[in-house]
Amino acid sequence: MIAIVDYRAGNLTSVARALQNLKVPCVITDRADELRRAERVIFPGVGAAGEAMRNLRESGLDGCIREIARSGKPLLGICLGTQVIFDTSEEDDMTACLGIIPGGVKRFPEGLKEKGDLLKIPHMGWNRVQFRGSHPLFAGIPGNAEFYFVHSYYPAPANGSDILGETEYGIRFASAVSRGSLVAVQFHPEKSGRFGLRILKNFSRWDGDNAQ
Amino acid sequence: METMLSKRIIPCLDVRDGKLTKGVKFKGNIDIGDPVEAARNYYEQGADEIVFYDITASSEGRDIMIDVVKRVAETIFIPFSVGGGIRTLEDMRRVILAGAEKVSVNSGAVEDPRIISEGAVAFGCQCVVLGMDVKKVGKSEKIPSGYEIVIQGGRKYMGIDALWWAKEAENLGAGEICLNSIDADGTLEGYELELTRLIATNVKIPVIASGGAGKKEDLLDVLTTAKADAALIASIVHYGTCTITELKEYLSGNGVKVREVW
Repeated sequence: MIAIVDYRAGNLTSVARALQNLKVPCVITDRADELRRAERVIFPGVGAAGEAMRNLRESGLDGCIREIARSGKPLLGICLGTQVIFDTSEEDDMTACLGIIPGGVKRFPEGLKEKGDLLKIPHMGWNRVQFRGSHPLFAGIPGNAEFYFVHSYYPAPANGSDILGETEYGIRFASAVSRGSLVAVQFHPEKSGRFGLRILKNFSRWDGDNAQ
Repeated sequence: METMLSKRIIPCLDVRDGKLTKGVKFKGNIDIGDPVEAARNYYEQGADEIVFYDITASSEGRDIMIDVVKRVAETIFIPFSVGGGIRTLEDMRRVILAGAEKVSVNSGAVEDPRIISEGAVAFGCQCVVLGMDVKKVGKSEKIPSGYEIVIQGGRKYMGIDALWWAKEAENLGAGEICLNSIDADGTLEGYELELTRLIATNVKIPVIASGGAGKKEDLLDVLTTAKADAALIASIVHYGTCTITELKEYLSGNGVKVREVW
């Protein structure tokens, strides 16, 4: 069973629908005991970091997510879920986050240009991820696959060794990070067509071990 | 360093009482009237997103649309948006809970712009698309850009400058603009390039160009010369002139970055 963390950060049903399509049992829950019991946990979310952290602290789920990240249980962060895994986010006047992976989350600088054209913020649409090495979660994904992004802030891990994949949008940023049994992606696998579904399928079978 | 973000190709499906208003022809010229099946076909052809436009008038029809949205959300795993008749936060909430990524507000936002800001706070900027229907008029003191906002399919002029409205919507928190030229719509003679370029180069949020696509070259023009971030298409794919795959191959061959594998 995969548990999807419900911390009132946007609509979580799209992740559940994608898992249902893959015939992977899942539950959307805000209960720590259910998260602890699950074999795997997905930590999604859309919205703003400040509100997300407030909800996590008020519900006590902040400690639970940290504990799961340490426990060796497979944990997948998506979009806002990925961002709050870092130490801080520039969003909402510097938000203190979960501190599971060292580093910050920064806003795309205004006025980034490409061949004279202004790059739009949010970074919205399909973009590539250049993977560093191989990882069980990205098995079967071709190098030119694209994923759906929508975000105005991007992860900036302190340690290059935590970076799993990078994407270019005016700057090069970490669009996938990992540490042990935690993998976190900035894009939305549940909205990234067949290759996104493949990542979710790979996650549903992953035991948290990084060896191929 | 070069950005790799793809230009999006977005088919638009008009729905009335839960059915496509015009059938969509796919391989073998099979005419499909079911929006869920049509969405599935476009998803498989490589559509980057899908837009549903609900032109239902009755409240019963709107309930049917919610059911359509739910079935679409179980069938395709790319973003899709729903517009048409959205006037309140509750309208937005129903569509989002049914599984749409984004909600498009058009005349409802012209009548009361607060739906943009309130929608952005409640659901996030990325959920709120401003749909703009625009007609070319002479430049005047009131309409300095020469493009005016219209509603009711172009019958009612609102006295609002299109460029001003686009910037205002951006400030209010819209995450994206879907810019429809009423003059070009349905002509199959190409997008309104001047209008598209004017809006796309003057806002910081993405702009989807809409209205007028009749051939492959029209998409190339609007995505390069006119700087659109995405192209909305209807007849060109509904009537089987081109498939989305063919459009993407053509664009890619002409140097436009599009999503090539799916």
